[in-house]
Amino acid sequence: MSLKAEHLTHIYQAGTAMESCALRDVSFEIEDGLFVGLIGHTGSGKSTLIQHLNGLLRPSSGTVYLDGEDIFSEGCDMRKVRARIGLVFQYPEYQLFEQDVLTDVKFGPKNMGLSDEEAEKKAIEALKVVGLAEEYYKRSPFELSGGQKRRVAIAGVLSMEPKVLILDEPTAGLDPKGRDEILGSIDRLHRERGLTIILVSHSMEDVAEYADKLLVMDGSELRYFDTPKAVFRHFKELEHMGLAAPQITYLASDLRKAGFQVDQDMSTVEEARKEIRKLFRGNDEG
Amino acid sequence: MNIIEARQVLFEYEQRDENDNIEEVNVALSDMNVTIEKGSFVCILGHNGSGKSTFAKLLNALQLPKEGTILISGMDTRDEEKLLSIRKTCGMVFQNPDNQIISNVVEEDVAFGPENMGVEPDEIIRRVDDALSKVGMEAYRYKSPNMLSGGQKQRVAIAGVVAMKPECIVLDEPTAMLDPSGRRDVVRTIRELNKKDGITIVHITHYMEEAVDADRVIVMDSGKVVMDDTPRKIFSRVEELKKLALGVPQITELAYELRKDGLPLPLGILTREELMQYLVPLLRRYGKGAEREDA
Repeated sequence: MSLKAEHLTHIYQAGTAMESCALRDVSFEIEDGLFVGLIGHTGSGKSTLIQHLNGLLRPSSGTVYLDGEDIFSEGCDMRKVRARIGLVFQYPEYQLFEQDVLTDVKFGPKNMGLSDEEAEKKAIEALKVVGLAEEYYKRSPFELSGGQKRRVAIAGVLSMEPKVLILDEPTAGLDPKGRDEILGSIDRLHRERGLTIILVSHSMEDVAEYADKLLVMDGSELRYFDTPKAVFRHFKELEHMGLAAPQITYLASDLRKAGFQVDQDMSTVEEARKEIRKLFRGNDEG
Repeated sequence: MNIIEARQVLFEYEQRDENDNIEEVNVALSDMNVTIEKGSFVCILGHNGSGKSTFAKLLNALQLPKEGTILISGMDTRDEEKLLSIRKTCGMVFQNPDNQIISNVVEEDVAFGPENMGVEPDEIIRRVDDALSKVGMEAYRYKSPNMLSGGQKQRVAIAGVVAMKPECIVLDEPTAMLDPSGRRDVVRTIRELNKKDGITIVHITHYMEEAVDADRVIVMDSGKVVMDDTPRKIFSRVEELKKLALGVPQITELAYELRKDGLPLPLGILTREELMQYLVPLLRRYGKGAEREDA
C-alpha cells in the first residue's frame, strides 16, 4: 500500500481578489509502513496537504493515489478512503462528545456500519493501543486529563482500523511525559502493526527521534523529502524557512568546527553520546 | 519588593449534579506558597494537571482562592474595588493566539485594552506605537490579524497587554502552538520586555529549553511548589524531574549521560556553549581526534 501525491496544487478562493495558492505542485510517494514527519512553518501548507490526503479537500489540480487508485476519480468510494486513512486533527480532544469514553471511541466503527458488539471490540482494542486503563472506559471523557483525552480521541480514529494514520501536532500543549506517551504509542503502532504514519510536528527533536523520512514544506511548496539526517544537514536553509535542526545537530557542527571528527548527522541525545564516547574510546584502544 | 505573593492558597474545582449538589471536588492547589520579586523572570514548569494554569488564573483574579490570599503589588485579589488595578498590574497571555484576538485590524486589537481603561485617545496612539515596536510588529499595524502566523498573533496579543502598561505579564504556555521561529520570537520578545522595561515575567511552559534563561524556575506538582531554584540547580536534578513527568533540555540530558559514562562534567550544563566549554579541554587532553589537532 502506498500513498502518492502527484502535482498537487490547491488554490483557495480561486478567481477572487483573495485568491491564494496553498499548495504548489507537490509530488511524493510514501511507501507502506513508513514513519514520515511533516514539518514546516505556520502557513507553509501542512494542514492543507494532509486534508488532501484523505479527501477532505479537493485539489485544484493534481491528485492523490492510494494503492494506485485515484481517490478523486469518480468511481472512488470516499468512505473507504477515509476508513483507510485516519486523520487526527489538532487538539482532537475538543471533538469528544459522547457520555462515556467507550461510546465515544465506538462512534467511528458504528458509523461504518459495524454492529454494536463488533464496534465495542474494536474500540476496546484501540483504547488498549493508546494505553488507557479499563477503569476509564465508563467515565465521561471530559473528566480526564489533557493527555488522557487526547489518547481517547486518537483511539476514536484507530478504532476504524486505518492503514495510514495522519496526526496534526498530537503533542501540542502536553507535558514531556504526555508527549513521550503519545509518541510512544504512535511508534508502537508503526512498529508492531506496520501502520504508515504521517506526523505533523513543530518539534525537530521528536521527528529526529521517530521519523524514517521528513517532508519539509515551505511557502506552499515541498522543499525536501528525505531522511531526517539528510534534511538536517541543511540546517541553515531550514532556519530561513522558520524551522531549525535539533540542538544536537548544532552541537555536531560546533564539535566539527573545533576539530573533532563526530558524525555530522547525529541528531539525537543517544547518537551524540555514542559519537562523543567514540572520541574518547579511540584513545584507550590506541 | 514582591509583586506576587501567594500565601497558603487552596483552590478546588467543584463538580455539581443537576440539583446543584456537589458531586466531586478536585483540589487544584493546596497550601501553595510563593513570592515573586518585581522585575524577575520566572518560569513555571509542571506536568498537565499540576496546577500551573489555575495558579495563573488566580494572579489576575479570573479565579479567586478558596482559602489563603493572593496579593498583587499588595492588593488582595478578593478586593473587588481593586479588580481593575489588579488586572492592569498583572496582564495575561494565553496559549491559543486565535482565542485572544478580537479586532479585524492589528492596531485596534492592541488599543482595546487601554480604550477599555478609559485612556485618552492621544495617549492610546502613543501606547499602541510603543507596544507594537516593543514586540517588533510595527510593520503589521494596519494588517488583519488573520493574515499573521501564530507567533506574530501571539506577539500582537502581548502588545495588547503591554499597551495597558502592566508591571507583570503572566504567560500560560504562549509557545505551545507555535513553530520553531514563532517560538523563538515570542521568547525573545518577553525576555526583552523583562530586560529593557523591567516587566516581571511569569512564563509557564512545557519546553524545558525555554526555562534555561530564567532567573528562577518553579516546579509544581499536585497543586504545590516542589522545587524553586535557579535553572542550573533545577536542571541538575534530572531523575527527580523525570519522576515529575518533566524532562531537561537535550544538551543537559546529553551532559548528564556523559557524566554517567564517567566524563568529569559538572551537573546542570544548560547550553551548547557551556557543554563545549567543558568538553573541548577534556577532548584535547584525553580524546583521540584532538591529539592530531595538537600535533
